Amino acid sequence: MASTLAFLTRTRAGKGRMDWTDWLTYGYLMLGILLMFGPVVWLVLSSFKTEADLQRFPPRFLPYEQQTILLDGYREPLALFRITGGEHEGKTLAQIRRVGLVAQMVDPAQPDERLRIDIKDRAPVERFALATENYTGLFERFNFLRFLWNSTFITVMATVIMLLVNSMAAFALSKYRFRGRTTVLMLVIGTLMIPQTVVLVPLFLITRELGMLNSLWGVIIPGAATPTGVFLLRQYMLTIPDEIIDAARMDKASEWKIFWRIILPLSAPAIAVLAILAIMWRWNDFLWPLIVLSETETFTLQLALNSFQGELSTEWSSLLAMTVLTLLPIALVFVFLQKYIATGIASTGGK
Amino acid sequence: MISILAPIMRVIEIPMVFAQRKLGTQRLAWIFLMPNLILFGLFAFLPIFLNFAYALTGSDEILLSERTYVGGGNFETLAACENYLDPNSCEKDFFWRAVHNTIWFVVLQVGIMVGFSLLTALVLNREIRARGFFRSVFFFPVLLSPVVVALIWKWILQRNGVLNAGLESIGLESFNWLLDRHWAFGWSVFLSVWAHMGFYTLILLAGLQAIPRDVYEAALMDRASPWRTFYRITLPLLAPTMLVVLVLALIKGVQTFDEIFAFTGGGPGSATTFIIQYIYQTGFAGAPRLFGLAAAASIMLALVLVLLTAMQLWVNRRNVDG
Repeated sequence: MASTLAFLTRTRAGKGRMDWTDWLTYGYLMLGILLMFGPVVWLVLSSFKTEADLQRFPPRFLPYEQQTILLDGYREPLALFRITGGEHEGKTLAQIRRVGLVAQMVDPAQPDERLRIDIKDRAPVERFALATENYTGLFERFNFLRFLWNSTFITVMATVIMLLVNSMAAFALSKYRFRGRTTVLMLVIGTLMIPQTVVLVPLFLITRELGMLNSLWGVIIPGAATPTGVFLLRQYMLTIPDEIIDAARMDKASEWKIFWRIILPLSAPAIAVLAILAIMWRWNDFLWPLIVLSETETFTLQLALNSFQGELSTEWSSLLAMTVLTLLPIALVFVFLQKYIATGIASTGGK
Repeated sequence: MISILAPIMRVIEIPMVFAQRKLGTQRLAWIFLMPNLILFGLFAFLPIFLNFAYALTGSDEILLSERTYVGGGNFETLAACENYLDPNSCEKDFFWRAVHNTIWFVVLQVGIMVGFSLLTALVLNREIRARGFFRSVFFFPVLLSPVVVALIWKWILQRNGVLNAGLESIGLESFNWLLDRHWAFGWSVFLSVWAHMGFYTLILLAGLQAIPRDVYEAALMDRASPWRTFYRITLPLLAPTMLVVLVLALIKGVQTFDEIFAFTGGGPGSATTFIIQYIYQTGFAGAPRLFGLAAAASIMLALVLVLLTAMQLWVNRRNVDG
């Protein structure tokens, strides 16, 4: 026990050499990589496999594709097999058709002679290949671009509106002294206590009465004002010295100009953090869109993915490709803006 | 971006200058607050009152004017139970199953998750190479969408999945994980820990790094054993952060819905149905739509959340005041 704790509390490794506690540490971290990255890597690899390859049990690590050959006299490419037994052992033959337990095959070198091979005696000739048709098929067979557009539209519009509305409120609450300021602040704190999840029924009524059911605006507008956003921006704007504003007023700048020419640019770091959070929230949003959007035409990517997993449960190839495309934008945001995300989440306590 | 916004901003400036002349500078603040207050009022405060109106009325109409007043009827229906420990004895057994599941889920998920987050934060706080990289390894599932998380694990756990292949390769039987109620519940807890752990690890790591180094150096001088150092320095100094993490995890845990709904659909049976899913299914997915019951259940949930949030604010304030 004591040694376990020694391992947990030590913050300094031995000078230049690996202590056994260091081995344990790196062991834990390697396990972490396997458990955290492994499933996603497996998803991406699987999404490049053909449907036949996906049905295979046990599965193989890399995606493979059976090699084919185009012979004179046959319209379709023929699948190649290596013969593992019988009189033609060692040869590579192309299969014309399969009848029961016997396959009709032909030697590519002598295309006129048909051979009868027991299917036990053949093994497919395969090579590493990415089944990109899983991805291209999404665009041909499903309304994928529509869902992508819906998700993008909601994310972009909601983020822009939220940033504008919240920074205006934060500006008022940090740079003006007016009667009722404390009351407004208390009200904002109050909204922290009521997450969307507990007012779903009345929210549904209000959205319906505003005619926003089955409209993307019904997803965008109700979440546009967030107490988290107002707080984050207000805290940051409080650190901007008032003298700058006074100087601008001397120069006869209007309050609105002060807001968007001075305060907004100076709050850029906080706005960036909030923007990243908002993009993440909106792209991944699920419950509220699920309630507001009931027509397939208006589905976001998340909703489409969820509804297809019921319909396509036998067709994993499309489902996996769609999953990868859904996580891709967030993965890119993460790779490039990782530092901001971490600080943003740590400072707001929200995700 | 700026170039798109600039003309818009200039157009808004015209009425704003006019308002500034009419109202004076300080009262202009209300104009700046207006959009936010309207949105808050319409989509946060008004719903609270309407929620009570729904909870106190019956029928499957959405318009309040067409609903009949039933008083506490909805609450009585939900609470009609012979024995609260046995959901089968309740009139609305589905509701009580959801409550039971949620309580069990929150206890297990928060306990396991905070435990592993602490362990991971302690490991990451050691002097290791590439700390930033390892930190993001544990953090990145937080960013994945709930549906993606659910599908990733469904693909691994399915009958012909890689987990079953692994089990068979070491001579064990493959198993249909999500068709067994206990396993489905267990995997739901696992999935939820996997997806959210990184967030709490991050907060705990920040807490650990805020502990001054010289305290540890003093302990080293005094030849304090590692166990004693952990017990007497790390734990007490980390306690405020731990409290924040616990309360946050509780608030999120009680509201679990998205990833589990996409993962198991609440099944098999009602084994992984939680309280939000009950509200969703009663009010929105089923027919007739029982808005009254859904609103009543929401109010019960809201009470728990208000309590937890008040606790969170109190904890935060105490931390700030030292």
